[in-house]
Amino acid sequence: MNGYVLIGNGVAAAGCIEGIRSVDSDTPITVISKEKHEVYSRPLISYYLEGKTTISKMNYRPKDFYKKNKVTVIYGNAVSADMKAKEVTLDNGEKIGCKAVCIAAGSEPFVPPFEGLDTVEKKFTFMTIDDTLALEKAIGKKSRVLIVGAGLIGLKCAEGIAKRVASVTVCDLADRVLSSILDNECAGVMQKHLEKNGISFMLGDTVKRFDKNNAVMKSGKKAEFDVLVLAVGVRANTQLAKDAGCDTDRGIMIDTSMKTSIDGIYAAGDCTQGFDSSTGENRVLAILPNAYMQGRCAGINMAGGSSEINDAIPMNSIGFFGLHCVSAGSCPETSEVFEEKEKNSIRRLFIKDGRLAGYIIIGDVSRAGIYTSLVREKTPLDEIDVRRMKISPSLTIYSKEIRRKKLGGVV
Amino acid sequence: MREQFIYPDFEVERNKERCIACRVCERQCANEVHRFDAELGVMLSDESKCVNCQRCVSLCPTRALKIVKSDCRLRENANWSDSTIKEIYKQANSGGVLLSSMGNPKPLPVYWDKILINASQVTNPPIDPLREPMETKVFLGKKPERIKRDEDGNIITEIAPQLELSMPVMFSAMSYGSISYNAHASLARAATELGICYNTGEGGLHEDFYVYGPNTVVQVASGRFGVHKDYLEAAAAVEIKMGQGAKPGIGGHLPGTKIVGDISRTRMIPEGSDAISPAPHHDIYSIEDLRQLVYSLKEATEYKKPVIVKVAAVHNIAAIASGIARSGADIIAIDGFRGGTGAAPTRIRDNVGIPIELALASVDQRLRDEGIRNNVSLVIGGSVRSAADVVKAVALGADAVYVATAALLALGCHLCRTCQSGKCNWGIATQNPDLVKRLNPDIGSQRLVNLMTAWRHEIKELMGGMGINSIESLRGNRLMLRGVGLNTKELEILGISHAGE
Amino acid sequence: MKRVYVNEQWCLGCHLCEYNCAYANSGVDDMVKALKGKQIFPNVHIEEADGVTYAVSCRHCKDPLCVKSCIAGAISVKDGTVVIDKSKCVGCLTCVLVCPYGAVAPGPDGAASKCELCMQNTCGEPACVKGCPNAAIVYEERQERA
Repeated sequence: MNGYVLIGNGVAAAGCIEGIRSVDSDTPITVISKEKHEVYSRPLISYYLEGKTTISKMNYRPKDFYKKNKVTVIYGNAVSADMKAKEVTLDNGEKIGCKAVCIAAGSEPFVPPFEGLDTVEKKFTFMTIDDTLALEKAIGKKSRVLIVGAGLIGLKCAEGIAKRVASVTVCDLADRVLSSILDNECAGVMQKHLEKNGISFMLGDTVKRFDKNNAVMKSGKKAEFDVLVLAVGVRANTQLAKDAGCDTDRGIMIDTSMKTSIDGIYAAGDCTQGFDSSTGENRVLAILPNAYMQGRCAGINMAGGSSEINDAIPMNSIGFFGLHCVSAGSCPETSEVFEEKEKNSIRRLFIKDGRLAGYIIIGDVSRAGIYTSLVREKTPLDEIDVRRMKISPSLTIYSKEIRRKKLGGVV
Repeated sequence: MREQFIYPDFEVERNKERCIACRVCERQCANEVHRFDAELGVMLSDESKCVNCQRCVSLCPTRALKIVKSDCRLRENANWSDSTIKEIYKQANSGGVLLSSMGNPKPLPVYWDKILINASQVTNPPIDPLREPMETKVFLGKKPERIKRDEDGNIITEIAPQLELSMPVMFSAMSYGSISYNAHASLARAATELGICYNTGEGGLHEDFYVYGPNTVVQVASGRFGVHKDYLEAAAAVEIKMGQGAKPGIGGHLPGTKIVGDISRTRMIPEGSDAISPAPHHDIYSIEDLRQLVYSLKEATEYKKPVIVKVAAVHNIAAIASGIARSGADIIAIDGFRGGTGAAPTRIRDNVGIPIELALASVDQRLRDEGIRNNVSLVIGGSVRSAADVVKAVALGADAVYVATAALLALGCHLCRTCQSGKCNWGIATQNPDLVKRLNPDIGSQRLVNLMTAWRHEIKELMGGMGINSIESLRGNRLMLRGVGLNTKELEILGISHAGE
Repeated sequence: MKRVYVNEQWCLGCHLCEYNCAYANSGVDDMVKALKGKQIFPNVHIEEADGVTYAVSCRHCKDPLCVKSCIAGAISVKDGTVVIDKSKCVGCLTCVLVCPYGAVAPGPDGAASKCELCMQNTCGEPACVKGCPNAAIVYEERQERA
C-alpha cells in the first residue's frame, strides 16, 4: 500500500506526521532524511554551543516518536517526486510508492563566491548539528572568529561561541545588525548590547577577498581570523519541487492548505512561500512556529482532513545575552506609530486601518503575545481600549465581556 | 488649636524576620496603616490609624504581623481608667458626641454565664441525639387559647399565621446601608438554606432579595424607609421596630453621603438626603396607637403574616410587653442592652437599657401571670453568643432568639467596633465597592450555614442531656436552669434556683 | 477537565495568589525562606485597571500556540495540562511571543515558566486557588471554549 512520503525530517515534517496521525492512524509514513539525525530543532544549535542544551535534549520529539507514529525513516536523499507514477526516487535509485508527498526540505546556507575562499582552512556554515559539531571542534580559547553576516544566524552563532573563543567579529554589507528584522534605531540598541558582551562589528562593509587567515574588506580594512563562519543567508530548497512541476519562486508556492500546484504534493516549512496575512502577500516565512503549523496543516489535508492557515504572520523572538526582542506583523510605512523608549528598551506599535499591523519590543517582552494575537486576529481597535494597549500588553485592553469569554472557558 | 495627642490604642508588631514585603497588608488596609518604603525596602506602619480589625493579620501569608494592645497607658486609677480619660480628651478635642459601634463592652454582668443547664442521671434517661429523633423546629405566632369545634364537633384547625423556623434562631435586623449588599446576600441565602429568617432592618429590601421573601422578616421603623405594598407582601413576617437594645430611646441617622445608588432606591429617599429615623414613631403614643399600626399592617397583608413588635429591654419591660401582647401583635421581640449597632452614641449604648436575661424572665413570667402568654411568641436578642445561650434563653421562656453579632463574626467581622467609619476591611459594614467585594456571599452564606448547623447540633446535645427531645418542651422550663453566684433578687427575677438547691 | 478560572467580581487584587504560587513552585518548605528578599516569578499574575483586578494564568488551551511554537519541543500537553520541560527550554521566549493571554513568562533561571496546575509540586491543588481569600480563583470544570 502506498503511504505518505515526507521529504525532509525537520520540524515541518514532525508537524506533518502529527497532522497525519490526528486523522489517519494507520497508513504508513516514510520520512526521507538528508541529515543522519532524528528530528531536532535547528535554532537550538547556538544554544548548544552556549551550553544551554545538549545534543540529546535537542531532539524535537521524544525518543519513541517515530515508532509511536508508525514512521519509517530513510536516511538518504530524495531526487525526484513523480505524482503520475506516484513514486519518490532516491539518489541510490530506490523508489518509494506514495499516495501523497509533503516536501519539507527546508533551506540551505547560501555561500557567495568570495575570492580566495578556498584558501581559508577553517570555514563553516551554521545551520545543522553537523555544522555545529565541526565548528565546535575548530574553536578554542584562543580562536579569533570572523562571522560574515549579521543576521539572526550569524549573531546567534556569535552569542553561542562568545565565551568559548578569544574574539568574535561580525561583518555585514548592511549598515546595521538584523537588517531584515530591525530598523536603524532598534538595531542600534541590539548592537550596543552585543558589543557590551564582547562582540565586535564591521558593518556597511563586506569581504572583498580572503587570503588564508586574512579577510580584506571592501573598505580596505583587514581582519585577521582563525575561524570563519559564513552566515550570509539561506535559500529555500526548491529544486525537487521545481523538477516535479510545482510552481516555485523564492520558495515552493503553496496555498492556505499547503497544496502546491501539483496534485498530491504538499509543502511546508522554510522551503515554502505562503500567505502572509499581515501583508496579504505570499512570502517565505522561515520561522519555526510557522514550519510546525504548516507541516501539521499539510499532514491533516494529506490524510483527508481539512485544515487551513490563513493567519500566518511573520514573528520573531530573538535574544542575545539576556536582552530580548520580539516582533510580529508588519510595519507599513503609512502606519501610525506609537512609541515608547527608555535607555535600553523600545516599544513600538504600528497601527494601520484601525488595526495593529505589527509591533516590536526590545527589553521587557512580558505578555507580548497579547499584541501578537491582536496582529494575528486583526482585531479592530475600536473593540478594545487603545489607551491601555499603548500602556502595556495586558488583558485589560478588552471589555469585561470579551475578557470573561477569553478567561472564563464558556463561550 | 493643636489637638491633645492621644497615644494609639494598638501597636503593629511586624516580625522583620518573617515579613517578605508582599504588601498584602498594605493593599488590604482601608485605614492605610501599612505602606511599603521602596527606599528602605521594608514595610512601615502608622498605628495611629489602626483599629485592630486584624484583616492584615489574617491575610499575611507568613504570619509576620500581630496587633497588640498598646502598653503605653495613661496614669489610670480605679475611678479614671485609660479609656475614660481618653474619651475626655477626644471630646475636648472635638466638642462632639462620642460614637461607638457593636454592643455594650462594659463589664456588667453577663447572666448567661451565671446560669447552668441540667442533665439527666439515673432516674430519667438522657437521649442520644445521634440515635433518636430530636425536634428543633418552632412556630412563632399567636396560639389558640383552647381547642375549638365547629357545629359538627370537628376540631377547627385554622390558627393565626405562624412563622416556621427549623431551629429557634433568626438573624436580627441589620439594614442594607448599615451593612453591605454582600452581607445581606449572605444572610438571605443562609436563612433560606437553613429554613430560618433574616431581617431587613429599616433599610428596605433590595429588589435582588425578593426571591428570599419566604425567609425574610421586613421591618417597619419610625422612618418608614422602603416600606411599600410589595415589600410587605414579599415577607414572611412584618416587624414594627419600636426600639433597639444598643440605643433605646433614640432614633437613627444615616448620613446623606451614604444614601447613594441602590441604597437610596431601596430606602425610597433621594440620593444624598440624610436618612433620619425619629426616636418615636410619630403616630404611636399608646398601646392603642400601636394596635392601629399592627392592624394596618395585618390589613395590608390580608392577615396572612404574623406581626412582630420589637422593643428594647428597658425598666418596665414586663408591663410594656403585656401591653404589646394586647395590641394584636403575634410576636414580641425584645432586644437587650448588649445588642449591637452600626453606630450609636457611646453614652447611650453603654448606659441605657437592661440585661436581656432579666427582661426575658420577667416578661415571660408576667405574661403567664396574666394568662396571655399564648397570645404571643417571645423572641429575644442582645448578645446571644452560643448554642448554650440559645438553650438558656428558651428555658427562660423565649420561643426563639435573634442573633446578629455572632452572624457577623461568621462573615468575618473581628469586632473592632468601628463600623461607624464605613471603612470595614471585611466588607460588612461598608458601602465602598472595593471593600464590599471582599465579602463573597458564596463564602459568607456557607459560613453562616456552618455556624447554625453547628449550633443546631449543640442544641440537640444539650436537649438530649436533659432528656428532652423537642425544643418546644424546653420553653419556659426553668427547672432545667440553676444560678451560680447570683443574689436572691436576681434568682427571683430569673425564676430559677441556685445551684445546689 | 478542571482548570483554574478567575471570578473577576471577587478578585481583591491582594496579590496573594502570586506569592502562594511562587512559594508552591519554589520547592522550599518555608515561605519566608523561599521568598524573603527575592524577586518572585509567579505563574499567575494580577492585572489591574481602573479598580478592576483579576488573576491570569495559563488557560491550558485545547490547541495551544505555545506548544506549536516552541523551538525546543519543550512544551507539550500531558493529560490536558500544558507543561514545560524546563531542562529542554533554552529561554528563547517564543512562547511569550505567541501566548494570547500573556500567561507564559521567563522564570528565575531564564527558562519559560507557566502554570501547570500545581501538578508538578507538592501542593496537591493549585496553590493560587487554595490561598485565595475570597474564592475569586476557582479550580473547576467548565464548558470548554471551542
